[in-house]
Amino acid sequence: MTLHNPRTMNDVHTPTSSSLTPKPTVGDAPALDAAGVCIQAKAFNAWYGSFQAIHDLTLDIPRQSVTALIGPSGCGKSTFLRWINRMNDMIPTARAEGVLTLDGHNLLDQGHDLVELRRRVGMVFQKPNPFPKSIYDNIAFGPRLHRHMTRSELDDLVEQSLRAAAIWDEVKDRLHASALGLSGGQQQRLCIARAIAVGPEVLLMDEPCSALDPRSTASIEALIRELRNQFTIVIVTHNMQQAARVSDITAFFYEGRLVECGPTDGIFTNPRSKQTEDYVTGRFG
Amino acid sequence: MTGAPRSQTARALRNRGFLTLCLACTTLAVLSLFLLLGSVFMQGWHGLVDQEAFKAVFSEGHLSSIPNLIRWSFFTEYASRRPDAAGIRAPLLGSVWVCVTCMVCSLPLGVGTAVYLEEFARRNRFNRFVELNVRNLAGVPSIVYGIIGLTAFSRMFGLIGKADGQPLQFGDPDSFFSLRLPFGQSVLAGGLTLMLVILPIIIIASQEALRAVPKSLRQASHALGATTWQTTWHVTLPAALPTILTGAILALSRALGEAAPLLVLGIPVFITSTPQGPMSNFTVLPFQIFNWAGRPQAAFHDLAASGIIVLLAVLLSFNGLAIYLRHRLQKTSA
Repeated sequence: MTLHNPRTMNDVHTPTSSSLTPKPTVGDAPALDAAGVCIQAKAFNAWYGSFQAIHDLTLDIPRQSVTALIGPSGCGKSTFLRWINRMNDMIPTARAEGVLTLDGHNLLDQGHDLVELRRRVGMVFQKPNPFPKSIYDNIAFGPRLHRHMTRSELDDLVEQSLRAAAIWDEVKDRLHASALGLSGGQQQRLCIARAIAVGPEVLLMDEPCSALDPRSTASIEALIRELRNQFTIVIVTHNMQQAARVSDITAFFYEGRLVECGPTDGIFTNPRSKQTEDYVTGRFG
Repeated sequence: MTGAPRSQTARALRNRGFLTLCLACTTLAVLSLFLLLGSVFMQGWHGLVDQEAFKAVFSEGHLSSIPNLIRWSFFTEYASRRPDAAGIRAPLLGSVWVCVTCMVCSLPLGVGTAVYLEEFARRNRFNRFVELNVRNLAGVPSIVYGIIGLTAFSRMFGLIGKADGQPLQFGDPDSFFSLRLPFGQSVLAGGLTLMLVILPIIIIASQEALRAVPKSLRQASHALGATTWQTTWHVTLPAALPTILTGAILALSRALGEAAPLLVLGIPVFITSTPQGPMSNFTVLPFQIFNWAGRPQAAFHDLAASGIIVLLAVLLSFNGLAIYLRHRLQKTSA
């Protein structure tokens, strides 16, 4: 592992506040029209207390695609992810400035409706975290929070969600058994189904496979590829191969700054920055 | 390595010596418990067992007498000047009434406080001050709470009721739904006073139970768009409930054994009626035991021992219920 002198960071092409063009590094990416952008960060800064976790981030996340955020630990990628659905509000010292929009609405506005935001932006966590309830109740939890539904409507929605997460066949005979009896990979797909059930537009995934074995990982990755047609997916991963396998766009973060962002193929085969190359080829991080 | 080697035998000897010391401590603790229980049972079992039925079953083998083994009159009779006619009907029912009242009042308050402190409160100076004080209150001697109960509930600071000591009476005094202000020596006054005693214990137990619920469950719920209230009600509380209930029932068994705060309230010992409602007068088991143990006649000392056995049985069944509930709820939720 090579320790980089922070000063070299200035040499690489990074999107900073001085270059206010919307997507300075998305070189080869097809130009995104405004309608194609789902999530947009502009001059976005985030702090934990006095520690600045994200510096001047400018990034467009296109609709109905998979965007992978990669980078070494502590580079700010999870922090960014958790600002998109404002989960960082649960951390008292966390704060952010700048512009972070979802469909053109600034998420950082004080009065932003968090309940509605989180209904539109689902999240899947690092460790599978099903509720200690039945499989059925896990899926029905979200819909029940937001609307009154009849039993049959709810039954249909549970089936749809479980089918969408490719776990229906495995659990259809034990919907009322505890979700904690499922394997780790099944639990994670259940959590994806649970997130889907509230009808989000965006799915945030925070290292969704890091607690799973290779087979479960493969099934989750297959699922992510399938879901990309319906959802805008943002996935944080430490696994370079995973980013290469599942994502359309890859953004490389280093020490709180976005180093490079572009189509996944380009990032992995022909990175523009030396740092990206070192990271994706496993020379550090 | 430097230094002279330590003697193996000396180390082994010291090890064995420490082991012996620990064993001796354990034995002493267990032995004193058995001594206490043994002496109570030796003294008290006569009061609980019908001697004739006992002889019939164990010497003559009449199994039909088994239902008569227990001397039921001990449970059905009121206190009496004659030891052989005295029973624990009033204190046993009084204890049940006052404990139920205490639980009904303290559980919502205690769990509510814990939920506020754990789930809603920001970590600021005021809330830290509250938490620190709850912890301190758990260590306050119960007789102090008796004085608060006497002032606040029994007499209501002398603000309510007429100057001649006549309380304000609402509704028929003999019915369940009557109200008397101030509460005087009623079940409600006793229950509220015991609530003060066990409230800090319930708050602390509930707080620890809530804290033990994994953060990831709260995050999952919030990420689905749940409010803090929805998260608490549908996720955190159900997950913490078995532990909360265990803590509450253990606190209740403490309330059951308390005599000091009720002594301060001035509740009567000799009473020949059972409570009909929250405004009825009552007495409790520890009080009756205390009273019998203080009498000069040896026969009353035996009755006190019998009362202790009953109290212990009730306590153990409460603890058993706590274990059962925890098991049962954990099975359904896990």
